[in-house]
Amino acid sequence: MRSDLEMIDEWIQPNTRVLDLGCGPGELLQHLIGNKQVHGYGLEIDPDNLNICIEKGIPVLEQNIDEGLHNFEDQSFDLVVMTHALQQFRRPDLLLDEMLRIGKECIITFPNFGHWRNRIHLGLKGRMPVSDFLPYNWYDTPNIHFCTFHDFERLCHEKNIKILRWAAVDGQLKDHWWIRSMPNIFSETAVFHVSR
Amino acid sequence: MPDTLPTNSVGVVVPQIAQFDTPLTLSCGQTLSSYQLVYETYGELNQQASNAILICHALSGDHHAAGYHDMSDKKPGWWDSAIGPGKAIDTNLFFVVSLNNLGGCCGSTGPTSINPETNQIWGAHFPIVTVEDWVESQARLADQLGIQTFAAIVGGSLGGMQVLEWSIRFPDRLKAAAIIASAPKLSTQNIAFNEVARQSIRRDPEFHDGNYLDQKTVPTNGLGLARMLGHITYLSDDAMGTKFGRQMRHDAYQYNYGIEFEVESYLRYQGEAFTKRFDANTYMLMTKALDYFDPAAQTNGDLAAVLSRAQCEFLLVSFTTDWRFAPERSEEIVNALVKAGKHVSYAKIEAAEGHDAFLFPIPRYMNALSSFLTRVAKRLTTEVK
Repeated sequence: MRSDLEMIDEWIQPNTRVLDLGCGPGELLQHLIGNKQVHGYGLEIDPDNLNICIEKGIPVLEQNIDEGLHNFEDQSFDLVVMTHALQQFRRPDLLLDEMLRIGKECIITFPNFGHWRNRIHLGLKGRMPVSDFLPYNWYDTPNIHFCTFHDFERLCHEKNIKILRWAAVDGQLKDHWWIRSMPNIFSETAVFHVSR
Repeated sequence: MPDTLPTNSVGVVVPQIAQFDTPLTLSCGQTLSSYQLVYETYGELNQQASNAILICHALSGDHHAAGYHDMSDKKPGWWDSAIGPGKAIDTNLFFVVSLNNLGGCCGSTGPTSINPETNQIWGAHFPIVTVEDWVESQARLADQLGIQTFAAIVGGSLGGMQVLEWSIRFPDRLKAAAIIASAPKLSTQNIAFNEVARQSIRRDPEFHDGNYLDQKTVPTNGLGLARMLGHITYLSDDAMGTKFGRQMRHDAYQYNYGIEFEVESYLRYQGEAFTKRFDANTYMLMTKALDYFDPAAQTNGDLAAVLSRAQCEFLLVSFTTDWRFAPERSEEIVNALVKAGKHVSYAKIEAAEGHDAFLFPIPRYMNALSSFLTRVAKRLTTEVK
């Protein structure tokens, strides 16, 4: 399992109802269903990923998240998870509202655009950062709404969303004291566990 | 039929007849004292009788889903693209059962059969049967074949409704359900289309209140017209446009009502061909079965509540250009299953063919069905161990 998934796995309670938005090939759900008796569904639009999930027996629904999540009832899930996808949607702020309408709690991971390497790339080279971690050009990137660790924190405050816990990790998803002390500069991936 | 059988064909198949002498009380209150169901099977039933898949047919389908009846057949069964060795419904792994539903006109007891009580053709006196009645009779066929639990039940359109009914009525008799291009009940517009189809049959002077066979005639005009209307609704606007556009038979307008546009010719051909293989009374009762189906009516319209009985894993498939059974209708089932906490996956397939897409071997669609059934097959082998 991807190491960011391993970390959030520790935050997820057994026997809960989990909705994974953009579940990919279903790694997290497969683990949660198999080991934590979680009752899970994934949303996905990539045909190959859908087939992988179907063959693994992971409940997966073909649904374009940008077109809305109105088919899910209020508070119908214990947890809504979105890993490394928030920055790809048209209105991440409205999506966050929807996630917290459907789920009692949410776990969100996203690439921290405030990472020092991005700052150097933009500040010194004067060009949009391209790295192994974010391997796209500005014109073809699916990541249309980058934000920093602090940006997300601020959005939560503005919306009165409670941050239950957070983690800030490096490219290898390792947790270090210097990252914890300055997450906005040192974390490559930000992880937030939030509720209303 | 090709000179040699394709290697992924089930080959030449022989339909079989199952006789039932236990009376069957129908939804309408009438009882059939005895009846027959014609069916075909493909593949081998394993020792535990655990690898059976039931195919439920749609409005104008029958038991002949795959393979050929005769080396002179021009076409294989109606779902040959999906059933066979190595295909999505893999006959190397599964024992596939496909029947003609009660009330049909292809060998099962129906309006063209003899009523044993009167020794006359049933005709208009054959009772209207429902999806529930079909599922009940299919379960009796399963009993006769020694199948307690189906590995999967699969159907498109009206066939999908039967699969849905199975999951509610006999939750412990199927492990998996594939419901394709279907709906939890007909929309008003769909019922309206069905009524026009029925009226076109009933208003044909050759209909004789449904007892046309006694009069040695057939309401071909009415049945043909019903089929033409149906056919338009099974295709998408785009699919028709691509196929025919405004292509014409002649270089200039003829200013008469003969066939001018190619689409007119096509529809007339489809209508006429249908009257040679299908019975008008069967067509009418099948449309009624469609209209009546509404399992959520038992739970005051709450589909999730009635589906809470289901125990199987579900796969739902819809097609983007299908407007007769639009994706939103499949999504009603999906949403209800999610609400009820059931195991469900859903694929919305990009396809130009409209409702008819469910009969085409569209790669993404076949892959999804195949992935779902591969998982079913894997579970069978692990359960045996």
